[in-house]
Amino acid sequence: MINVLLITFAMSLLYLSIANRLLTYIKILSLQGILLFGVAFIELNEISTLNLVLILLETIVFKAIAVPVFINYVIKRNNITREAEPFLPNFVSLIIVTLIIVVTIILSTSISDPYLNKIFFIVALATIFSGLYIIATRKKVITHVMGYMIIENGVFILSLAVGNEMPMLVNLGIMLDIFASVLILGIFVNKIGDVLKDVSVDQLRNLKD
Amino acid sequence: MIGIYLIAAFVISGLLFLNRNTLLNNLLLIAFVILQAGFTVYEYLHKGITELGFFRPDALGILLLGTLCIVCIPAILHSYLYIRNHKETTPRVRAIFFSALVMLITAVGAAYLANHIAVAWIFVEITTLSASALIYHHRNERSLEGTWKYVFICAISVTFIFIGILFLSMALRQVGSTDLSFDNLMSKASQLNMFWLRLAFLFIFTGFTAKLGLVPMYTAGIDAKDKAPAPAGALFATVLMNLGFVGIFRIYVVIAQTPLHDWANSVIMIAAFLSVFIATVYMVKVKNMKRIFAYSGIEHMGLVMLGVAAGGIGYYAAILHIILHAFVKSSLFFQFSQVYRTYQSKSIYDMGNYFKYNLTGAMILLLGFICVTAMPPSGLFISEFMIFRSLFQGHHLIVLVLVLILLTMIIWAFGKNIFKLLFAPPIGFNDSNVAIIRPVESLSQFALLALSVYLGLNPPLQFVNLIQEAIQKLPV
Repeated sequence: MINVLLITFAMSLLYLSIANRLLTYIKILSLQGILLFGVAFIELNEISTLNLVLILLETIVFKAIAVPVFINYVIKRNNITREAEPFLPNFVSLIIVTLIIVVTIILSTSISDPYLNKIFFIVALATIFSGLYIIATRKKVITHVMGYMIIENGVFILSLAVGNEMPMLVNLGIMLDIFASVLILGIFVNKIGDVLKDVSVDQLRNLKD
Repeated sequence: MIGIYLIAAFVISGLLFLNRNTLLNNLLLIAFVILQAGFTVYEYLHKGITELGFFRPDALGILLLGTLCIVCIPAILHSYLYIRNHKETTPRVRAIFFSALVMLITAVGAAYLANHIAVAWIFVEITTLSASALIYHHRNERSLEGTWKYVFICAISVTFIFIGILFLSMALRQVGSTDLSFDNLMSKASQLNMFWLRLAFLFIFTGFTAKLGLVPMYTAGIDAKDKAPAPAGALFATVLMNLGFVGIFRIYVVIAQTPLHDWANSVIMIAAFLSVFIATVYMVKVKNMKRIFAYSGIEHMGLVMLGVAAGGIGYYAAILHIILHAFVKSSLFFQFSQVYRTYQSKSIYDMGNYFKYNLTGAMILLLGFICVTAMPPSGLFISEFMIFRSLFQGHHLIVLVLVLILLTMIIWAFGKNIFKLLFAPPIGFNDSNVAIIRPVESLSQFALLALSVYLGLNPPLQFVNLIQEAIQKLPV
């Protein structure tokens, strides 16, 4: 069951690479939140109830509902156009994300660690690098934020892989996620929206040498 | 004590945030300075005693905590002057500024002492939060851009550190331990899984370079130091960079006990050399005085990490260098806010003849230039000389020659701009109503520069012993 969920998660990355509209990105983020809850619920069978409730809040309420709704609100409020505006064609993006997944699979087969849960490792690493790729190749600031959320999802999967031994690390990951998201989105909605009407990176290009 | 300190400091920070009264604001700042000084002395007297399970003042922590205490007092003083000279500052903006300043100093201090990598990481996150409030102080488009870039890059960097911590826990799993404190990592270093340790080091190193100011993540710090008010920029350019050093150094000490030591040295050396190179390129090109200071910081951190990578005497030199650099660079930043008051510009094209307008300040800049480019009698000369010696002894001759060439270019670029500022007449500058700056405002800069010379040329025995103790766990 975990394998199904994680492979669906990896497939959502491929879909992300060819998505055209910002709304699709938001829906994928929401879907990933739900998938993460499923993974956490099945994987963390030795965890206390309180911790499980925390994870439920984090994945379902925060990742799957709050953040997507909030980003949607930011997009509506700032009249951001709905195209993602990638620098590279979608076809190239698809190939690169596929390559990222293949490379992480090859990398993980070279590891000889009996404790390693390979599928967690592969999906987590592929998610982190796909997130970085999305950040690097999309023009709008809001897509950078969504790329960062995808990296956070990858980190969450990675923390689940050690979650049974060290639940503290899962909690720290949740803390990082909420802290960083609130900070980034907070700046975004309060300030960038007021000072800059059309939120694209083009406006944030004055500071350079 | 650290529990009391953290609670008291956060209470002061909260009160500063809520308070709008000028007198109460100043009293709270004085209370914080006393608290910080008392805490530093207390930790010095209680070296090596673990508190609250996660904090242990070791030699490195105490050295840098002392540096923090010495730098933060003039920083608060100059912040006070800065706010007073900007009459348009509303009480609300002032409250946010001082609250964030106190929070930043507290978080940096606590992170120095943290004996657990996850605890250190939490305080690194708090420094990001408080630093972003300081960068956004002026609330205009440029400072927004600086804040946004800083927050985004730092968010990615703390995520990288967290991934590194996860890999570290996987490396530990083989030993059957879940304790991520540095002591435990040290004692189990030889049994860790090398593959995971390697990945962990790469991610933690990359993450902390955002704070330390090395390639690849140095960019955020430059904008931050440029856009934040100069007294806050002084803290970013010194104690916050030292925080990045602490993070890397503590994990490096663990790596040094394992067969990965040579590999880690090569990684650090590549990043450090590229940092010096990039600093040179930009210092030749940049015309914004504050950014020149910021890039000079990148160069110095590159030299520090070259010393660490070369080993031997380089370890000692690296720690000496970051401490002395903190004093010198902070005094330059403090002086810069006076320069800005005279010329109302950061561009070198608008500046000149500074000796005519502010004699004391011009002397600070001249002495600061001599100190920061490591010319004798600067204390940095001693530490840089030892770093070069360690590179020579470690048979890194090519790196040494290249770095020396780059440093010559840096001295030329830095000198060209500083001498333009000091001696060449400014073009189109109306000096009819230049701000009068009292010489007493430069006193703290003289003291910091003198301290850096004194500690470099004639270090007290206590100081030397602390540095020796900080590096004693590293193989020779």
